[in-house]
Amino acid sequence: MATPYEILGVQPSASADDIKKAYRALAKKLHPDLNPGNKRVEQQFKELSVAYDLLSDPAKRARYDRGEIDASGAERPDRPFYRRYAEGREGAKYQDFSVDEDSFVDDLFANLFRQRRQERPPMHMRGADVTYVAEVDFIEAAAGAKKRLMLTDGKTLDVTIPPGTEDGQTLRLKGQGLPGVGGGAAGDAYIEVKVAPHPLFTRKGNDVHIELPITLPEAVLGATISAPTIDGPVSLKVPRDSNTGSMLRLKGKGIVDRSTGQRGDQYVRLRVVLPDQADPELTDFLEKWARRHPYTVRRGTDQP
Amino acid sequence: MMFTLQQVISEVGVTETDLQLWIEQRWVLPHRHNDDFVFDDVDLARARLIRELRVDLMVNEEAIPVVLSLLDQVHALRRTLARVNSAIDRVSPTAKAEIATLLKADD
Repeated sequence: MATPYEILGVQPSASADDIKKAYRALAKKLHPDLNPGNKRVEQQFKELSVAYDLLSDPAKRARYDRGEIDASGAERPDRPFYRRYAEGREGAKYQDFSVDEDSFVDDLFANLFRQRRQERPPMHMRGADVTYVAEVDFIEAAAGAKKRLMLTDGKTLDVTIPPGTEDGQTLRLKGQGLPGVGGGAAGDAYIEVKVAPHPLFTRKGNDVHIELPITLPEAVLGATISAPTIDGPVSLKVPRDSNTGSMLRLKGKGIVDRSTGQRGDQYVRLRVVLPDQADPELTDFLEKWARRHPYTVRRGTDQP
Repeated sequence: MMFTLQQVISEVGVTETDLQLWIEQRWVLPHRHNDDFVFDDVDLARARLIRELRVDLMVNEEAIPVVLSLLDQVHALRRTLARVNSAIDRVSPTAKAEIATLLKADD
């Protein structure tokens, strides 16, 4: 067993002041209240206290030096350290001394505490939500589609894109997020839908707009032509004397309204296109025709 | 156990002025009963700790609240950790294994 001098790390010839200094230095390291949870230091601190009790009292120190008492002669009774209470129920009032609602302790275990406040058992947590982006083309978004997404972890996720889905809309797949912990429900997957623009179709609300070229005879004489819709081509009757800018409506060929379930319409804007190659017959005809049928289309635009 | 002001003074070995100051600073939080302070075990142990910090370890007065606050945060963390531990004790073996794996992975 170490002598009191060894425990304090001083020479037997050390002065009272040296002994005090040595004790102070060691006590700062070994005080049990400065080492919560460390069982070993409590024993070391006890030995230190016993040694210091003996050597700090000149009478006791003299008796020890003469061999009249042994090193354990001055052992103090066990005493309860603050740390014994600090972590128990009794210590709770001092936790408020420094640990308030915003403290990092709460942050660290915020999730756990939140569950606790809701009276749910701990470690029974819902899985986290995840967000993915699904890119679909215009027709898929308008008419609805099934998409298979490749996830980052190599898994696949089948997503039903409902008809009428808009660009930027977010779909929720319940229970397709990360698995829960301890029997907790899985989180949800959120799919953000990006709709690619279409060369022909544009969407305005629940209506689809398209511009359709027609020939000069079709415009003047009328015709039944084929027009693309999101459902595929349909017949469209172009009335006689149609013109560039004439708007025709295909009822019910638009996009399904997500709340009412009703379909919008498709609007077809006609654009009259002359033949690719100049046609002498048409030129001759128009020269004669124009002389007899002058008409103006720029009224009000002549003067800048 | 409950202690009076005088009992704490003699148990801890502190002057009444100092103890009053510690109470004013809210370093020690005894209950009030009528016009007297009532100290419980934790108050006594805490007063003794403050005395040892001040006298034996020569921690100066300005540093005491810092030391106490840090100590109390350690204790609060340890309390929280104990709760987490006891919760982990009660989860399924599968979940325990999962937690063990996650803890190792974080190392």
